[in-house]
This record gives sequence, C-alpha cells and structure tokens, in this order.
Amino acid sequence: MIRRRRLPIPRAWVSPLAILGIVIAIAWVIVAITAPLWVPYEPNAQGLPRLQEPGVDTLLGTDAVGRDVFSRLMTGASVTIPLALLLVAVSLVLGTVLGAVAGYFGGWIDEVLMRVTDLVMAFPTVILAMVVAASLGPSLFNAVLAAIVVSWPAYARVTRSLVLGLRQQNYVLAGRLLGFSPLRSLLVDILPNIAGPVVVLATLDVGTAILLLSGLSFLGLGAQPPTAEWGSMISSAIQNFDAWWIGAFPGLAILTVVLAFNFIGDSLRDVLDPVSSGERQAAGVATAPTAKSDAAPSGTAAAS
Amino acid sequence: MTLAHAPAPARPTRSPLVGYLIRRLGTSVLLLFGVTIVTFVLTNLVPGDPVAAALGEGAASNPQTVAAYVERYGLDQPLPLQYLAYLGNLMQGDLGTSLTTGRPVTTDLAAAVPATVEIAVGAILVSLVVSVVLGTLAAYRRGLVTDQVVRVVSLVGLSVPTFWLALVAFNFFFLGLGIAPGSGRLSPQYTPPPTVTGLYSVDFLLNGDSVGFFDAMAHLALPVFVLSLFTIGLLTRFIRTSVLEVLDRDFVRAARAKGLGGGRIVLDYVLRGASLPILTVVGIAFGSLLSGTVLVEAVFAWPGLGTYAYNSATSLDLPGVMGVGLVVGVIYLVVNFVVDLLYGFLDPRVRLG
Repeated sequence: MIRRRRLPIPRAWVSPLAILGIVIAIAWVIVAITAPLWVPYEPNAQGLPRLQEPGVDTLLGTDAVGRDVFSRLMTGASVTIPLALLLVAVSLVLGTVLGAVAGYFGGWIDEVLMRVTDLVMAFPTVILAMVVAASLGPSLFNAVLAAIVVSWPAYARVTRSLVLGLRQQNYVLAGRLLGFSPLRSLLVDILPNIAGPVVVLATLDVGTAILLLSGLSFLGLGAQPPTAEWGSMISSAIQNFDAWWIGAFPGLAILTVVLAFNFIGDSLRDVLDPVSSGERQAAGVATAPTAKSDAAPSGTAAAS
Repeated sequence: MTLAHAPAPARPTRSPLVGYLIRRLGTSVLLLFGVTIVTFVLTNLVPGDPVAAALGEGAASNPQTVAAYVERYGLDQPLPLQYLAYLGNLMQGDLGTSLTTGRPVTTDLAAAVPATVEIAVGAILVSLVVSVVLGTLAAYRRGLVTDQVVRVVSLVGLSVPTFWLALVAFNFFFLGLGIAPGSGRLSPQYTPPPTVTGLYSVDFLLNGDSVGFFDAMAHLALPVFVLSLFTIGLLTRFIRTSVLEVLDRDFVRAARAKGLGGGRIVLDYVLRGASLPILTVVGIAFGSLLSGTVLVEAVFAWPGLGTYAYNSATSLDLPGVMGVGLVVGVIYLVVNFVVDLLYGFLDPRVRLG
C-alpha cells in the first residue's frame, strides 16, 4: 500500500500573530519592489542640509552627508529583502539536496557531509560568517556567500535526519521493490514528507539571514558605501551619536521585517508540529546549531 | 549504539562516565584541529596576494620582509607542509601581527578576552534567570494570555538587531536620561583593580573596593542587558518546551497527588527534571552570545574581543579577524565541552551506565 501524505497546508490557521506577520512582510515586499518609484529623494544624493532632524521636508531627517534617511530606508528594503530571500533559497536547495543524498545513500557521503557540517557548526554563526567574508573581501556579494556557508548545514542536518527516518518506511521500501529509481523515490515519496519542517526552517531563516547580512554590513564586510543598506546605515550612526534618527529607523526596519518572518515561521511550526518538538531545530536556526545539540543526546544513548 | 572506541564491557571497573568523557574529549580535539584547518584554508583563500593581505601594503613592498614572511610560514612549501608550519606557529602562540595595532595578535587578544568573558558570563546568568522564570511561567499558563505574551517577548528578542539595540540603549540611557555611565569598563576617575581574574567586578570585590565594584557593575549593566535579550528569546522557548515535557511526567503528577505546594514542585521536581535539556541549550546560547559581542561591544567601546573584531573587520585587518575567529572558535569548543562534562555528571544514564 503506497501511503503518501499531502503537503501540509495549514487550513484552520487563524493565528493573529501569523496574520500580523504576513501583513507586515507583504508590506515590506511591496516597498522593496516599488520604492525606487516613489521615494522623495534620490537615496544617494547628498544635496540636503546635513544632520537635519526629522521634519516636514525630510520625514526621518538627513544623515552626515546630507542624504534623506527616509528615501534610503525605503530603498534599503530592495537591497536586503531580495538578497535575504535569495540566500535562504540557495541554502535551502543546497542543504536539502546534500542532506537528502547523505540520508538516503548513507556510507562515506554521509560521513563526509556530517563532518563538514560539524566543522561549520563548531563556530558561532556570525563569527564564521565574519571570518569568511573578511577573507573573501568586503562586498555585498561576498557577504551573501559567507552567509550561505554558515546557513546550509541546518537544512542538511534536518533533511538528513528526516530522510533517514522515512527511508525505512514501508511505502518507500515498496517503491524501491517496484524498481523505482532513487531519484523518483526521493522526489515523489520522500520530498512531500519533509517539505513541512524544511519550509518552517526556511521561514524562520529569512529573519536570521536579514540579521546576518545587516550585521556583516554593520562590520563593514557587506554593503559598501554609498549603498543604502540598513546595517551600514546603523554603522554610520556610531559616528553621530547625537543624531539618533540616522541609526534608529534602519534598526526599526530590520526589527519589523525579521519579526514578521519569525511570527509567520513560528505560527507555521505550531500548525505543522503542535507538540513543539521542532523547537530544538528552531533554536539551531537562530544561532549556530552546534555539534553539541546532537552530540549530547547521542552520547547519552551510546552510554546507556 | 556504542562507538568503536567505547569501553569494552569486559572491564566493568571503569565507570561509563570515563568512556563518555574520553569520547567527548576525542570529538573536541578533532574539532579543534578542524577549527585550525578552517582558519588555515580561509587565510589561503584570500583573493590576490595572501602575503600582502597579512603584512599590509607598506610591509609587502619590501622584498626582504616578504621573503622572511614566506620562509617563516613555509609559504614556498606544498599546502600540507604549510598547514604544519601554520599549526607550529599557532602552538607557539603566533597568530601574526595586527595591521591595526602593530602588535602581535596574540597579545591583543589576551588583553581582550577577560573583558568579553565578563559580559558574556554576566549575560548568560541574566538570561538564564529571566528565561527560566518566563519559560516556566509560559509552560504553566500554556495557551493562556501569559503564554502568548511570553511568546511575543521571546520572538522580539530573537528579532532585534543587537547592534542597533546597543546604539539605541546607549543613546537613550546615557545621552538621553543620563542614568547609565558612559562607554568602557570603568569611569575615567577610577583605576582598574589589581588583576586577579581580569574581570573588573570580581577583582574589585576581591580587593574589597565597593566603590569600584559598583562602578564596574554599572558599566556592565547596559552591554549585558543588550546581549541578554537575544539569548533570553532563545532560552525561553526552549525552557518552556522542556518544562512542558516534564509537567506531563508521572513523578510530577505524583508530587501533586502527595499535596506538595506549587513552589516546591517547580523547584524540586520540574526544574530539576528540565535541567539537562536546559544545560544543553546554554552551550548553544553561549555561541550566540559570542556572536553578539562582535556586534555589540564596539558601540559601548567595551575593550573586548568584539571591539577588536569590529576594528579589525572595518579596517580589513585580516590577521586580527582570523585571530578572533580562531580564539572564539576555541572558546566555544571549550564551553561546549564543559557543558558536556556537566551533562555527563548530572545525567545518571551517563554516569551510571
């Protein structure tokens, strides 16, 4: 009997947090797409009076070189949000494919892959991303690469453990006995069953990605001036403590976008996994899931 | 179940704990080598001329300096030998020379570590206390308003860009309200205490200097608060789950049936039962704290690893950045090893086999 679960779509999903998250996220995506059309000033133009307080002309004030903070803030959405989505998508595909192959075939592929993820997770996320970005050279593209390097292992781990469990299920074995290829087995029998947890992971990861990218830019390793990027806008505020508006608003922008995706991801998780067993994984997404989180329980099992 | 090098059952005299410790030590040592391989590969990955990147443009234009550098780090050798040379230099504490400060990176880092340990330990303590309270509360009030509020609080904690929070908090409490002390570890009128632990607050206490102690604590308050928020978000969710799992257990039900008071049950049964998973996640939380310091310290001019990393990164001082990566990687490894040791001691399944 071939049993296949449908892709879990939350039907009775009316969590107010999720709705709030979706509304905010959609609003920001619209801003990201349309901002260049309606921002009052050219985001990199320096013609305005410097360090002007928020007022009628310049809604959120101007920065140290006379650029309009509001225009830069809105333009910043079209820098950060697409890149964050892209980097999550790449990490997801990379991690899921590698994890699925490792889980399905096992053997040395599995061994090598797991050791590599151990290595990546031996560092705190931001630290490794910083080191990678610094050695690649400062640019937004390299920051995205560095972020991918630290993000994919979480997907590989989750996918691998799910595939390991599903591989032995009767309906998958039945498919194999019928002579289905591993590819068909993975795509048709297994993929629909791992999509849920991986999607939750990815939704929560969008927030992490935005924090990471803006953090790297804050360190000068991501977006380079004069790019209107939220992290580097906050970074430039350090030189002007008195002009609070330069840094305050970009941070609020980051906070609202990240919070929106976390609201959505968190509610999704509740729907897919009411017992909240997925929280361990989520903790891992938010920071570096270390080898530890796996090692301690497995060490326990080995000793008992 | 058992690993290849697990203790043989034929030797019952050896405690299972010893085997567990040996296995964990082995993993940690392997990962330690892994960490050095990562930094080695990244150092060699630098696009363009790694020698120029390590020496700075000025020094790299002097052929003698370059030749000396190439010989010292064995850069004319094949890669595996280069790695051995790199490892040999690491063993001697040589992490290269910082391009920003002109001093050996090791000297700089040694001076910076205590300051970071001080806020990291402070933040772990604060976030543990806060999140144990919040997480337990949320678990007891599962599905009720309190649970929802705690959930939003912890999600906000996970969503705040810490470097921004640091900036806003500094602006608000120092420049705005004037109730927080300025940047750094001490007010200018105080001199640092005689070094015992390197943690100013502890050293002042050991020295019996209460005025200095309070000043050090006041300077700690804001950075610790900012760093804690993310960790609180992380730990609260996890503690809620762990407590929920324990609440369903028979021993808690039995304690209730015996008529024990709520407080006794929480402290003696629920939190004790949930302590192992909590311990595990504290190791992970420590990693996020170390990540946080890199983004937070610079705002408060806190002279730790984070500020050093910030200065090195913003001025593209590669030896400095690599040094921080290596040291933080090692600290993280050690912390997680210690957590595993505690886990081994606390978990009777590991201790008694």
